[in-house]
Amino acid sequence: MLQEWVIVLTSFAYLGLLFAIAYYADQRADRGRSIIASPYIYSLSLAVYATAWTFYGSVGRAAIDGVGFLPIYLGPTLMIALWWVVMRKILRISKQNRITSLADFVASRYGKSALLGGTVTIIAVIGIVPYISLQLKAVSNSFIILLHYPEIVMPASVGAVPILRDTALWVALSLALFTILFGTRHLYSAEHHEGMVAAIAFESLVKLLAFLAVGVFVTFGVYNGFGDVFSRAAGQPKLEPLLTPIEGVAGGYASWVWLTVLSMLAIMFLPRQFQVTVIENTDERHLDKAIWLFPVYMVAINIFVLPLAFGGRLLFPAGGVDADTFVLAIPMLERQELLALLVFIGGLSAATGMVIVETIALSTMVCNDLVMPALLRMRRLALAQRRDLTGLLLGIRRTAIVLILLLGYLYFRLAGEAYALVSIGLISFAAVAQFAPAVLGGIFWKGATRRGAFCGLVTGFAVWFYTLLLPALARSDWAPRSLLEHGPFGIALLKPLELFGLAGLDQITHAMIWSMIGNVGAYVLVSLLDTPRAEEHRQASLFVDVFRRVAGGARLWRGTASVPDLYNVLARFLGAEAAEAAFAGYARARGRNWPDPQLEADAELVDAVETQLAGAIGAASARIMVASVVKEEALTLQEVRTILDEASQVIVYSHRLEQKSRELEEATAELKAANERLKELDRMKDDFISTVTHELRTPLTSIRAFAEILLDDPDMSISDRKRFLGIIARETERLTRMINQVLDLAKIESGQAEWNVSEVDVGEVIGDAIATTSQLFKEKRVALRTESAPEMPPVRVDRDRLLQVLLNLLSNAVKFCDRPDSKVAVAARVEDGHLRVDVTDNGPGISPQDRLTIFEKFRQVGDTLTEKPQGTGLGLPISRHIIEHFGGRLWVESEPGRGSTFSFTLPLRPGGTGHPSPVLAAAK
Amino acid sequence: MERHEGKGPRLVALFMLGTLLFNYPILALFNQPSQVFGIPLLYAYIFAAWALLIALMALVVERGRTP
Repeated sequence: MLQEWVIVLTSFAYLGLLFAIAYYADQRADRGRSIIASPYIYSLSLAVYATAWTFYGSVGRAAIDGVGFLPIYLGPTLMIALWWVVMRKILRISKQNRITSLADFVASRYGKSALLGGTVTIIAVIGIVPYISLQLKAVSNSFIILLHYPEIVMPASVGAVPILRDTALWVALSLALFTILFGTRHLYSAEHHEGMVAAIAFESLVKLLAFLAVGVFVTFGVYNGFGDVFSRAAGQPKLEPLLTPIEGVAGGYASWVWLTVLSMLAIMFLPRQFQVTVIENTDERHLDKAIWLFPVYMVAINIFVLPLAFGGRLLFPAGGVDADTFVLAIPMLERQELLALLVFIGGLSAATGMVIVETIALSTMVCNDLVMPALLRMRRLALAQRRDLTGLLLGIRRTAIVLILLLGYLYFRLAGEAYALVSIGLISFAAVAQFAPAVLGGIFWKGATRRGAFCGLVTGFAVWFYTLLLPALARSDWAPRSLLEHGPFGIALLKPLELFGLAGLDQITHAMIWSMIGNVGAYVLVSLLDTPRAEEHRQASLFVDVFRRVAGGARLWRGTASVPDLYNVLARFLGAEAAEAAFAGYARARGRNWPDPQLEADAELVDAVETQLAGAIGAASARIMVASVVKEEALTLQEVRTILDEASQVIVYSHRLEQKSRELEEATAELKAANERLKELDRMKDDFISTVTHELRTPLTSIRAFAEILLDDPDMSISDRKRFLGIIARETERLTRMINQVLDLAKIESGQAEWNVSEVDVGEVIGDAIATTSQLFKEKRVALRTESAPEMPPVRVDRDRLLQVLLNLLSNAVKFCDRPDSKVAVAARVEDGHLRVDVTDNGPGISPQDRLTIFEKFRQVGDTLTEKPQGTGLGLPISRHIIEHFGGRLWVESEPGRGSTFSFTLPLRPGGTGHPSPVLAAAK
Repeated sequence: MERHEGKGPRLVALFMLGTLLFNYPILALFNQPSQVFGIPLLYAYIFAAWALLIALMALVVERGRTP
C-alpha cells in the first residue's frame, strides 16, 4: 500500500490538517478567545526542541555510543530549573521592550546597535542552516526509504539524483510555502503567531505519539519488554561496551559534561526556542508549569530510545542499515506498513515544526536586524519618506524564508551526506551557544558594553567556524583536506581539530572549549576597558534592573518632534489603522482624546512610538526611524548617568519616605493608645473619688444623725445616750479606719508605700495573726484550727504587710460566720516552689458574681444600701495588692452555703520577691 | 505578586542537585556492568534520577503556587 502517491498524499493531508489548526487558532485569536493562552499549549510548543534529530538521530547516536544522546535532554532539564531566575527576567525585559527576536534582544541591550543585531543575525543564519538541512535530510531520507518498501534501502546507495528529482528540494519548497502562509500573515512581529503556536503544539503531540507507538511496538511487540532487549544485547560481544558506555564509546566524562553545557545553552539560544519561549509567550505565569511539564515531555520521548537502538543493532547485525533510520526500518522489517507510515508522519511533524519556527524566527531577524537597518541607512532609497512600507516588510520576510530554506537545501547537497544527524545538530548548537555570554552577561552585568559584546560574538563565531564548520566543509571536499591533517600552511599548532595542540577530545568539546574561552574572554576584557555610550548606559540599566523599575523607565531624551511626524512614521510601518489605534491608546492612557491638537510630542510620546515601532521592525531599525523625524540633542554620558542616578536616588528617597511615614503611623497609634489609657485612668480616679466620698458620707451621716438626736433631746435616758454615743464612737472608728485604708491603698497604688522586706517565717506570722484575732473568735464562738507543715522555708516579704493580709482574711472569715458550729481553718504548705496559705470558713459562701467583684474597691458582699455595711470594702483590694507586690497571687474559691476558701501564694525563689510589681496594671 | 520568593532559591538548589547527580563522580558509581530488573545499571540510574529531579521541580513549582 505504500506507493509514492499514498505517501505524498498523506504528507499533504497532514500539512493541510496543520494549516486548518493554525487557521482555527488565528480565527479564535482574532475574536479574542485565544487557545494558546494555556500553560499546557506553552509547554507543548517548547517541545519544538525535539526535531527530526531527536526523532531519528537519538536512536542513531544511542546505537553507536549508548548514552551520548542523553546530555542533549538532561542539559535542558537542568537549565529549566534556572529559568525561574533567568528566563523570567528575559521574558519581562522582552515584553517591556517589545523584543521581536534574539538578535533584537542583543541589539536592544547594547544601545540598540544595528551592528550587533546584524552580527547576531548572520551568526544565527550560518549556524542554523546546517540544522535546517538536517531536517530536510531526515524528511527526504525517510521518504526514500519508505518508498522502497518492502526492501530496506539506504538513501546513500540510491546515488545522486538530478536536482529537480531530488525529494529534499521539494520538501524545502513546500515547507517554504507553508511557512510563508503561517508566519507572515501579520506584520507585527512582537505579537503572537497564534496559529503557528497551536500547530506546533499539535505537532509535538503527533511526534511524541508516533515515537511512543514505535517504541511500544519494538519493546513489547518484537521483544518482551525492556529487560528482554537488554539481556539479548548483553549476549552480543559487539554490544557489550554499550552497557557501561561512558568511559569507553561515549568519549569520557569531558564529552558528557560539555554536551550537557551545550544543550543547556541551546535550549535558551536556539532562535526557535527563543521564539516559542519568549516571543510567543502570552503570560509569564505559564513558565511555572512548563518548568516541569517540558522535562516530562523530554523523558517521555527518550524512554524508548535505548530499546530501539539495541533492538535495531540486534535486528540488523550486518550494519548495512544506518542507525539513524532504525526508527523507520524496524517497523518496515516487521512488515508494519501503517506503523511505518505513522513513523514517517511523526518524523515529518518533528522536522516541519522545527523548520517553521526556525525560519520564522530567522526571517524576522534578517528583516528587522539585517535588511531594514541597511535599507533605512541608504539615503538614496529614501525609504524613510515612502508612504507605506508594510508591503516591503512582508516581502523581505517572505524572501528571507525562501532563501533560508534554499540555503539549507544547498548545505544538504554539499555537505549533508558526510555526517550523521546528531553531528550536524551539534554544530548548530555550538553556534548558538556563542550568544550566551552576550545575553546572560547583558541581563546581569551593567558594565557589559556594545564593543565587548561584538568582540566576544565575533571571536567565538570565528573559532566555531574554524574548528567546526571548516572541518565539516573539508570532509565534504569543499575545503582542502590537508588543512585538517597538517594545519594551514603546514602549521601543526593550528590544526582545526587540535587547536594549539589540544588533542584527545571529541570535536564538539574541543570547539566549545576554545570558542568559549575566546568569546567570554573578549567580551569581558573589552567591556572592562571600554566606556559605554549614553544609549548603552540607558539600555543596560533598563535590562539589568527590569524588576526594579516601572515600565518605561527613565526618559532619556531631549529634543523636538511633532505629533504628525511621529504618527506618519508609525503609519508607514504598521499601516494607518494600527497607528491610529496606538495613538488612541496612548492618549486614552493619559486621559486625553485622540485626535487632540494639544497632545505634546514629548519624550514620553517619542518613547511610546519607538517601542511600538520596535515591535514591528526591531529596536535598531526603530531607533533609526525615530531619529529621522526627531531633532535630537545628544545627551552626554555624564547627563545620562546623572538622570539614571537621580532616578535611583528618587527610588531610594521614596523608600525612605515610606518607611518614615510607616514609623509615624506607628507612633501615632501608640500615642492614641496611651491617650486612651490616660483617659481611662482619669475616669477611674473620678469613680474612685466619688465612691470614697459616698462611703465616707455614710458613717458621717449616721454620726451626725445620732449627735443631733442627743443635742435635741436633753431628756434622753442615760442608757439611750450611752447606746447612741457608743454608735457614734464605732462609726468614728470605722471612718478613721476607712480613711487610713484609703490612704494606704493610694500609697500602694502610686508606688510610694514603704516596704521593709526581710526573711520572714510565715508560721510565726500566722501565729501572731491568730493571737491578735483570738478575742474576736472567742466573742463569736468560732472554732479556729491551724495546720502548718512543720518545716516552712522563710520568704522575703514585709512582715507587717503580711500580717495585715492575714488579719484581714481572718477577720473577714470570722465576720461572716453566723452558724452555731462555725469554724475557720488556716493551713500553710509548700507547693510548686510557692508557699501557699489557705483560710477556710464554713460560712454562707460567696456567689459566683460576687467572687469576681469582692476584690474591687468598696465592693462588699450584699447590698450596701439596704444592709448595714460590715467593713470598709478596701481590705481585700489592699491585700491583693500586697500579695501581688511580692510576686504572689490571692484568690477565692467558694461554694455558696458551704463556705469559702481564700488562698494566697508567695514565691519561694529569691528572685521572685521584693520586685516592684506593676501596681496599676494589677489594679485593673 | 512576589509572594513565591522561595521558589527561585529552591529551583537553583535543584539545579545544583541535578548537576551533581548527572556528573562525575556520582555517574561513575553507576557506570558498572550490573543490572536492575534486566536494565543496565547506568541507564536505570539516569532515568530514575531524571524522574526524581522533575518530580522535585514540580513539587517546588506547584506547591509554591497555592496560597
